[in-house]
Amino acid sequence: MTDRSTDVWGTRTPHARDTAWPVRVDQHLDAVDDADVDRWVQSACVLCSNGCACDIAVKDGRMVGVRGRAGDRVNHGRLGPKGLYASWQWSDQDRLTRPLVRENGELVATSWDRAMSTIVDRSRQTPALGHGFYTSGQLFLEEYYTLGVIGKAGLGTPHMDGNTRLCTATAAAALKESFGSDGQPGSYTDIDSCDAIFLFGHNMAETQTVLWSRVLDRMHGPDRPQVVAVDPRSTRVTEAARATGGVHLAPLPGTNQALMNGLLREILTNDWIDTRYVAEHTLGLDELVTTVDEYPPERVAEICGIDAGDLCRAAEIFGTTERVLSTVLQGFYQSHQATAAACQVNNLHLLRGMIGRPGCGVLQMNGQPTAQNTRECGADGDLPGFRNWNNPDHIDDLARLWNVDPLVIPHWAPPTHAMQLWRYVEQETIDFLWISATNPAVSLPQLPRIREILSRPDLFLVVQDGFLTETAQYADVVLPAAMWGEKQGTFTNATRTVHLSEQAVEPPGEARSDLDIFLDYARRMDFRDRDGQPLISWKDPEGAFEAWKECSRGRPCDYGGLTYELLRGDSGIPWPCTAEQPRGTDRLYTDGVFVTDPDQCEDYGHDLLTGGSTTPEEYRSSRPDGRAFLKAAPYTEPPETASADFPLICTTGRIVHHFHTRTKTGRSRRLREAAPSVWVELAAGDAERLGLADGDRVRVESARGAVEGPARIGAGRPGVVFIPFHYGYWDAADGHEPDGSPTAANELTLSDWDPVSKQPLFKIAAVRIAKLPED
Amino acid sequence: MHLATYLGLLDSSEHVLAHAFRQVADGHGDEPDIEHLCRFFADQAERHLADLVQVAERYGEQRETEPERLHAAEFGGIRHGGVGLLRDLQDLYVLGSLVDITWTAVGQAARGLRDRELIEVVGRCENDVTRQLTWLRTRLKQAAPQALIMAP
Repeated sequence: MTDRSTDVWGTRTPHARDTAWPVRVDQHLDAVDDADVDRWVQSACVLCSNGCACDIAVKDGRMVGVRGRAGDRVNHGRLGPKGLYASWQWSDQDRLTRPLVRENGELVATSWDRAMSTIVDRSRQTPALGHGFYTSGQLFLEEYYTLGVIGKAGLGTPHMDGNTRLCTATAAAALKESFGSDGQPGSYTDIDSCDAIFLFGHNMAETQTVLWSRVLDRMHGPDRPQVVAVDPRSTRVTEAARATGGVHLAPLPGTNQALMNGLLREILTNDWIDTRYVAEHTLGLDELVTTVDEYPPERVAEICGIDAGDLCRAAEIFGTTERVLSTVLQGFYQSHQATAAACQVNNLHLLRGMIGRPGCGVLQMNGQPTAQNTRECGADGDLPGFRNWNNPDHIDDLARLWNVDPLVIPHWAPPTHAMQLWRYVEQETIDFLWISATNPAVSLPQLPRIREILSRPDLFLVVQDGFLTETAQYADVVLPAAMWGEKQGTFTNATRTVHLSEQAVEPPGEARSDLDIFLDYARRMDFRDRDGQPLISWKDPEGAFEAWKECSRGRPCDYGGLTYELLRGDSGIPWPCTAEQPRGTDRLYTDGVFVTDPDQCEDYGHDLLTGGSTTPEEYRSSRPDGRAFLKAAPYTEPPETASADFPLICTTGRIVHHFHTRTKTGRSRRLREAAPSVWVELAAGDAERLGLADGDRVRVESARGAVEGPARIGAGRPGVVFIPFHYGYWDAADGHEPDGSPTAANELTLSDWDPVSKQPLFKIAAVRIAKLPED
Repeated sequence: MHLATYLGLLDSSEHVLAHAFRQVADGHGDEPDIEHLCRFFADQAERHLADLVQVAERYGEQRETEPERLHAAEFGGIRHGGVGLLRDLQDLYVLGSLVDITWTAVGQAARGLRDRELIEVVGRCENDVTRQLTWLRTRLKQAAPQALIMAP
């Protein structure tokens, strides 16, 4: 195999529409031959949301390689560069092997008993609403569900959310608003069958490389689909748009909603709609028509800074192609009208009746590998099993399942979203904060503020991780966690496909699985149900999975028919999986009946413009009865726009070689060498105006902070700057904060969020750039 | 005809509401959602004032003696902290409710007068005010437990 850190997508295996994506097995072994491998252990990759199935090679009790699983529906044997070169390479570097507690300002090693007693003593002194839990998109289902039950039925705190708020909240919100519940309508198999693929703010070539290989293999086949890309940057995806005769629309950051209203208006005025489908399966057409009528192509062109003809051509492709697949990601999700714009993608498909048929899907994508499970299990600001916090019957359901008083379960308002949770910590009304498997000191917006909050003297901070991250360095107690391959559990990818990840090796030193840590806390806190029995009765991953199955039964995310044994088969299985559908479900809503029944739905919906909640009475009186909502919203200006002081707009994002804050990928030699440090990408015209050449060191400043790094002259639209968000400080001199030359993109970003999904705006920060003097 | 009196009440109460939204936006910059939405609603209330000017031109000259003085109490200025924010949201809700019910009364008169233009203006503005109240209720419900139980 070639070096896949440079040959990112590997060898092409072209195929025609409606034929199966060919198998190509990717494998990487580290300094051993196939024959030397003691055993292969089943798992799936946790370095993006794609969820590629793989086997872990084990030799002498160590992980030494990975191989894609040929029979799996997600990847047909393939793995991307991160999966190949960063799945296990970190496992023996810089790991936490003993619990640490802070003594006289220093973190010192201690026993598990003392660390857990310290936590439990403090927890017992803290009221329920003084507790906050900030979790991850990287734990397993069993761990999220256990944490969810601890928070909601044990302590009774609404303050639980996670990094998934930053990456996937809008996917969930848009699905709830349009279809009544979370749950990905489409399937990756839609790539094999589509005639056009629209990527809305989704640089798939870098963020989900194996999925992009699937698109490339259609593009190199006999009947290639047209690609339409919406992205202010110029990327491999936008190049593909040009190469396939599609369109690249490069709107100014913060104008997606105007663009979408313009596309919808074109579809409506040209009558490219399935009138019967709309009449039978949707409601809200009149308001949508009235709203988008204000967005003729010329006006949209002016707002977005695009060509009106390009907009019309993109609409024509959408309106006249037989099968269209859409994918949506952070370009839409991390903007100020995130949920509104993502809902308009759903609207495009509803108007053409292109949902639930091969090649006609919507993929509201996820960012992190196990983000889907936080949403399902209630560890992220949702209730377990996609239950509706505003529906008393759903709360009673949970209370019966857990055998607790319904009043214990916080449901007076939606569970607290991450940005509000951090605000409560800042305001000192949350004093006990437990962070698991994530690194907010690098990943949250406006880092100077986050560092101040983490430094609060009265805050009791628990950090549970595999490494002493930037965040862990602020902790009062650090708990060493087992990681992928060192523990067992399941997780679910962006198309509902569940995989089992087996334990391949022992964790280092005294490190324990996150599940064991949560179970130990629950036992020590002695959480009890109404009959005085332990609230949490399970003791291992499979027990937790079985408990979760009961919680999910009858809900849209029904795991009832799944078992660990079934998941040990050739392929992952997409939920819902029940006795009636034992092989799972490839596509949702094939009959055009959505989860909008008031007794079933996960949410009664919101005003997309303000986030105001629809009341249960209003919702019932709209008589949705299984029809989808065509939700509309006018465009509003972003909260921050270019000004005389800060004339450029900065967007942040992932790059192909790194994951999150590089705790894993930064410890992979190949990936570290491929992308060692931060850079600042800007358009050629802007660089020329600023007198900058490729490689010049620059300082980027916003009203909140600064980043320094070399300039890279890109082919993006003028006025837009891009900075990858992976580069924190754990491998720099000071280890937890900038030492004069800041590199984390979130030094610049603002504390602000979409009104419905509450996802922060990482794509809109006004900045200025100056050249730094040469050393 | 007393419609002009009510238009006057609407004008003064929308004015007070717009000002209050703007003060809350300016005073709670640490709560970005409050800041942006209150600014958005302040602009909305000011657009209503502009709509009212045109209506008042038609009915303003038929003013009767007022039965008693109708007015909205001025917003007293912003407060700080979790409980302060809650009180500010509550004041906005009370002001918004007065505006809402006054539009309702004017809308009824518009129907009695078969004044299509006024019916249309009332419909649009009532929608906006409903949206404001919905958001205020949502945000207040979210903020209340933490403020009332946990705030220092």
